[in-house]
Amino acid sequence: MTVFLTHNRVKLALHTLRNRPGPSLLLLHALGDHAPTETPLEFASWPGAIHALDFTGHGASTIPAGGGYTAEVLMADVDAALSMTGPATIAGRGLGAYIAVLIAGARPELVRGTILQDGAGLAGGGQQPGPIVVRGVPGRTTAPDPFALVELGSDIRPSEYVARFAELAAENSGLPTPIFVCCKARPDWLKAILATKGAAETTIEIALAECAR
Amino acid sequence: MSSPATETSPFIRYPGAERPARHHWVDSYGVRIAVCEWGPADGSPLFLVHGGSDFAGTFDVFAPLLAAAGWRVIAWDHRGHGDSDHAPLYSWDADVRDALSVLDAITPDAVPVIAHSKGGGMMLQLAEALPLRMAKLVVIDGLPSPDPAPDVSDHEQRRFSSKNLADWLDHRRGSAANSRKAGSLEELARRRKRMNPRLSDEWLLYLASIGARKDPDGWRWKLDPAIRMGGFGPWRPDWSLDRLKHLAIPLLGLTATVEEEMGWGTNHRALLPFLPPGARLVPFENTGHFIHIEHPNEVARLVLEFLR
Repeated sequence: MTVFLTHNRVKLALHTLRNRPGPSLLLLHALGDHAPTETPLEFASWPGAIHALDFTGHGASTIPAGGGYTAEVLMADVDAALSMTGPATIAGRGLGAYIAVLIAGARPELVRGTILQDGAGLAGGGQQPGPIVVRGVPGRTTAPDPFALVELGSDIRPSEYVARFAELAAENSGLPTPIFVCCKARPDWLKAILATKGAAETTIEIALAECAR
Repeated sequence: MSSPATETSPFIRYPGAERPARHHWVDSYGVRIAVCEWGPADGSPLFLVHGGSDFAGTFDVFAPLLAAAGWRVIAWDHRGHGDSDHAPLYSWDADVRDALSVLDAITPDAVPVIAHSKGGGMMLQLAEALPLRMAKLVVIDGLPSPDPAPDVSDHEQRRFSSKNLADWLDHRRGSAANSRKAGSLEELARRRKRMNPRLSDEWLLYLASIGARKDPDGWRWKLDPAIRMGGFGPWRPDWSLDRLKHLAIPLLGLTATVEEEMGWGTNHRALLPFLPPGARLVPFENTGHFIHIEHPNEVARLVLEFLR
């Protein structure tokens, strides 16, 4: 089942992969990807409902004209999904893993643990801006939006900025470990959150079991 | 090219204010940008860039002074501002890209640019990316600052707390249903006065008459209600300061000395170590953020001298 949520002028597709009583799990896809159509194998053991969101410019969500993507506005995409699902555990791949950390810090009362997985867009544009480039790309009406690939593939992720979100999650979520790092890659921002008390390295199985408690 | 449906004869007058002589649209990757011009159509192009939450009409007094010297003065409303499209997404990079779309639509040559507030930061970025497109740059109270103003709404790390994040997300949740508060033109001018206390009631009433639209229940500022001051983001102000040193074109900076809510609080002495070679900085004593509105003739004189 898919419902469309309104986020400013964008319609966001929120797919329910499995409807079942119990805690909710929300899946966030990688850069350029879209929500899975079936429950991925690694989440089969989850005891409750499983939802998956298409970010702005991806999957069945609106492709806006003229770009202007930021990680922060995608964080608000997730907040729109949380307004529908209620409190949820969030599992994100690649770009979705980064966005999961942001929303864990910004809505600690709604995010019941985050699980970070490898995928496209995990690294982002690094610690500081490189040469300034003014980029335009030909518009397209099919997902993924090329502007999303360009802008979200290079957004800056300074360690102290990202670590602040992990700290807010640790301070305000009431969870012993709000962020489970289950990916192999270690971009600088991930090293920075692992240095906070909010994040720990573990396996998906253990992370799911912890979040479902 | 069609023309923006803007009123051409404001019923509220202000001494020296002239509506633009020409209006047209520029398409920036599907976002419709409202462009306006003062002065001779065959004059040398000179671009004016407004600041955050403002619009091109803020130059209605200043631009005619430059047009009178023979310049073809071109300004545009940033996405979500004035008569330009309310866009689904807003970002600093998108604003700079839209600016280049406007420049591209007018000329491939290097042009002089005068930019106010956030517009100054945007143009420093454009000058760095494409130095051959900008001949000279004037920044009116918009040079980088260790503590810049809230009209940089979406990409700097200031005012970043739990409450800040929650307030911003709450605003996003309501943004589809939000609209600006309706009122009489006098009420809109009074609200604006709270942000710009140094500007005269007469000017703010004029500004409301050209920056607001009339709905059945009253006037509303055209600015997209999704745009909000006091955002946050990964950008650090010192990156802008460091980049200023490398600017490769002549720079004239005008700085305000009186703090205002919309002002950048630029301390011109703190800026000196970061100025590129040959840059000139002119502080305006006892002047607020809108230097070109408080002292249009003096600013025009300095600018025309710099552009000679």
